[in-house]
Parts: sequence; C-alpha cells; structure tokens
Amino acid sequence: MRSDLALIADLIRPNARVLDLGCGDGELLAELAATKQVNGYGLDVDADNIRRCLERGVNVIEQDLNLGLDNFADDSFDMVVMTETLQSVHNPSDMVDAMLRIARECIVTFPNFGHWRCRAHLLLRGSMPVAKHLPHDWFNTPNIHLCTFKDFERLCHDKRLNIIERLVIDAKSNDANSTPRKRPAANLFGATAFYHLGR
Amino acid sequence: MSLNNEPQQTSPGDVGLVQPATFACEQPLALQRGGELTRFDLVYETYGELNADASNAILICHALSGNHHAAGRHAESDRKPGWWDVCIGPGKAIDTNRFYVLALNNLGGCDGSTGPLSVNPATNDVFGPDFPTVTVRDWVESQARLADHLGIKRFAAIIGGSLGGMQALQWAIDYPDRLDSAVLIASSARLTTQNIAFNKIARSAITSDANFHNGRYAEHGVLPEQGLRVARMLGHITYLSDHALAERFGREIKSGDPDQGSEIEFQVESYLDYQGEAFSQRFDANTYLLMTRALDLFDPAAEYDGDLTAVFAQTRARFLMLSFSTDWRFSPQRSTDMSNAAISAGRDVSHAIIDSPHGHDSFLLPVPRYIDALGAYLNRLAQVTNA
Repeated sequence: MRSDLALIADLIRPNARVLDLGCGDGELLAELAATKQVNGYGLDVDADNIRRCLERGVNVIEQDLNLGLDNFADDSFDMVVMTETLQSVHNPSDMVDAMLRIARECIVTFPNFGHWRCRAHLLLRGSMPVAKHLPHDWFNTPNIHLCTFKDFERLCHDKRLNIIERLVIDAKSNDANSTPRKRPAANLFGATAFYHLGR
Repeated sequence: MSLNNEPQQTSPGDVGLVQPATFACEQPLALQRGGELTRFDLVYETYGELNADASNAILICHALSGNHHAAGRHAESDRKPGWWDVCIGPGKAIDTNRFYVLALNNLGGCDGSTGPLSVNPATNDVFGPDFPTVTVRDWVESQARLADHLGIKRFAAIIGGSLGGMQALQWAIDYPDRLDSAVLIASSARLTTQNIAFNKIARSAITSDANFHNGRYAEHGVLPEQGLRVARMLGHITYLSDHALAERFGREIKSGDPDQGSEIEFQVESYLDYQGEAFSQRFDANTYLLMTRALDLFDPAAEYDGDLTAVFAQTRARFLMLSFSTDWRFSPQRSTDMSNAAISAGRDVSHAIIDSPHGHDSFLLPVPRYIDALGAYLNRLAQVTNA
C-alpha cells in the first residue's frame, strides 16, 4: 500500500464512518474495510477508478467534488479523507470547510510546491516544475491550486483550525518502505504534506 | 485436462434456445390496494444452472413493457433475442456460466402470467378492466412465491431497470435477508410529477379511443389500437434523448414532396408509426393502464413522511445504482437521491452515472461503460456469494 495511505489507515478507528474524497481505485477503503470494518464511501469521477472500486467491492459514488458536498449532512461521518486531490479542486478553502462540517476530523495530503526540486526547477530553468509527482505541463495540469506547506499552514491559521498532526512524506512516497516523519525544514525537503485537522 | 480450478475463460456467447415455464400458485394472494387473487400463474424463464446451495440466483425484474423473455431465442427463426440479451449470457455482464438467472412476466402482464387477459374464476369471463390494481409490493410478493417454488431462499442479486429497479428496491425493503445485492438501473424511489403527467397522457390516449369500451374491448371484438399507438409514441420519445432522436433521424424526409402537392412525412414520423403499430399488436391496453398505475403509485417513502433514509434503514442489501447522463425521465438525480439516502442509512451503495446519448433506453443498450460497470460489480458478487 502507498505509504501515505498506510499512515491514514493507522489513524482511523475500527467501525468508523469514512468519506474518501477522490478515492481513486479504492485502495484505502478496501484496506479499511478488510482490517477495520470501516463503513466507507469513496467519491470519484473517473470511469476506470469507479470500475476498479466496483471490482474490489468498495462503495463508490460518482460525484464531482467541485459541485459541492451539500448532500452530506453535518457530522454524518467520523473522518473525511482527501489524498492528493485538494490541489485540483476549484476552491480548496471551501473544501476544507466542507470536510470539517461533515466530520470533526479530516486528513488532507497534497504535493508540496515548496519542495527544493520545484524551487530549483523554477529558479534554474525558469519554467513551471514538472516532476515525477507533478507530471503535467502548466496548460494541462489538473493541479490548479498548488501550494506549499507554508501556504497551507496560513490557511489553517486563518481558519483557526486545529492541526492535530502534520507530517512529511519524502519523494519516495509511493514506495511502501518510505517512512513518513516529522522533519525540520519540511517546506524545503518534504515532497508530500500530510495534515490531520480538527475543528 | 486442466489442473487448476479457475473458471473457464470463454468469449461472451448466447444462452441459445430457451423455453418458458409456468408456476401455478394455488394459494390466494391478498393485494395491497384491496382484493385478492384466488390463484395465479407466473410465466418465467431461467438461464444457467442453480448451484448446490442455491446461492447463485439472480432475479431480473422487468420494466413497463417487458416480460419473462429476457435472453436467448424461442426458435432459431426468431428475429430478435430476449429484451436483455445484451447483458445476459455466458461470459456477459450477467454471466450465466456463474449465475442462475430468473426472469418472469409480472402479475397483470399480457405475456402469459395472470392478468387482464386471463379468465376471472369468479365470473368465467376475462378479467379485462376488472383485474385488481396491483402494486410493486404485490409483484415482489408473487415473485417471492416463485422463488420459494424454485428453492431459492436468498438471491445473490435482484436486478431491474426503470420500473424493474423499483421492484429490486421493494425486495430490499420487504425481504431484507433474501438478497445480497439490489441493482437499480435508471430507476427511482418514486416518479416525478412530470412522469406521472406523461403516464396520464398515455392512459388518456387509450381510454379515449372509441374502441376502448371502458376496458371491455374484448367483449366487443375490437382493440383500442389507436390509443395504444399514441401511448407508445409518447412513451418512446420520452425514453430517448433529444440528441439520440436528432442523431438517428435528423430532418430526413421519408416521403412526399410539397412541390408535387403531396404531404411530407419525416423519417421520425414513419419510425414512430412503426413503433406504435408494432406495440399495439403485441400489448394489452388494460395491462398498459395497470403497469403505468403501479409506476405512479410506487413511493415507499410515503409511509415515512417522505423520509427515504428511513426506507433504506429497513434494508440490508448492498446497492448498486446505475444512471444515464441523458435520461430525463429517470434522471441521474433520482439515483443520487437514493444513494444519498442509502449512505445516510449506513448501507453499502455505489452509484455510477454513465455518459450515454441514448436517454432512458440506455439501460437496454450495449453502452460499453455501463456493461463494464455492471460486469465488474457482479464479478465481485460472484466471488463473495460463491457463485
């Protein structure tokens, strides 16, 4: 399992109700259902992802996150999760508000645009960074709201959100063996930001 | 000889020649809206083999004008296979190599099950308009008796499109432990006002036909064919999308030339005439009235002050909802209403909105993503139910 998903799975209590926004192929929810009897639902809009979810028995709802989450009642879930998706939604600020309306806690992961490789790319090449975890060109990227650790911290501060935990996942985040950690100079060396937030 | 126990990989095929059977239920059936049937027949077909522990059965519930003949052919010379042949067969989405598939003609139908064309044992005349009002719940009750008769205690899945999906939902409410999954395709937990209005117009076309005779047309030796034609034409265009009609017929002219003083007939008019004509020859007017009425009346949330979540709280099945982007009679929003309620009730539910240009009729057509999604879901179901 992807190391960021393993990290999330550790934070979720057995039998919890979990909403996964942008659930992809359902890997996290399949794991949570198997190991923690979680009552989980994933939202996605990609046909292949939805078919993969159906194949593995994951509850998946075809819903465009940008059209709002009004169909989910306040406090109707224990945890809302959004991995590697916040940067592609139309309004990340409203999205975080919605997540913490639907559940008391949420987990957000996103690529850190402040990573030294991004900075170096822009500084030395003078063009928008393209990297393994940010593979698109500026004109076709779904990642329309890229931010850095620092930027996201400011949003949390402005919203007076409770940051329960912040972690850094390094560039090898797709390797099962890479260990997430708290780390100095996170904004420079962390490839993926991991935030566990509460109201 | 192969040493592994993997299922044989076969390319999708047809179920071949099939024969209908009849279940004669001699126990009376009390009906939801009053009255009873002292006995009834249900005509059905099955495809595939029931396994030893009877855990691989799938029930197919038909829509407004469907029947028991869902797949295969009755004779080699049949021009068309059953109405859902695109989905049912060896290696198809509803795989008859793994599942035992049961399809029937509902009570009140006109294809062999007890309905308005049957003889009323109380009068020894055909029921005609005296056939009692049957509801989706009555259908489920009669289907449960057929399942008992066939030794099926629990279905792996109950699947239906449109009105058929309503029956699958009613099963999940009335018999929560008798199904693993309910698959609701292009369906709804109740008709919209607009839908009821369309049904009203279709019924009016039939009842205002001079040959209708208050439903006793059989006694007069006539059929309200014109009324049925109009009802079908209206239904038909609402089951298609604007785009699908334009794509298929455009403004193509079938015949006529105003310069020669002859009336223009557009291709779409000719098509509707053909559809209406074919339907009026095969379908019974009283059945049409009864089926559309069952559609209108279906509203399981009414007992709970409109609270659909309370309805889903009664269920235990897993739900799959499939809807189609251009379906404006049973729009994706109706499926979303149901999936929202299922989520609120903590039920397992998935909902895919299939991009298809064919409107409501998409559920009968080989739309690749739709067939794929249904197949993926049932493939998983086969594993968990040991089908």
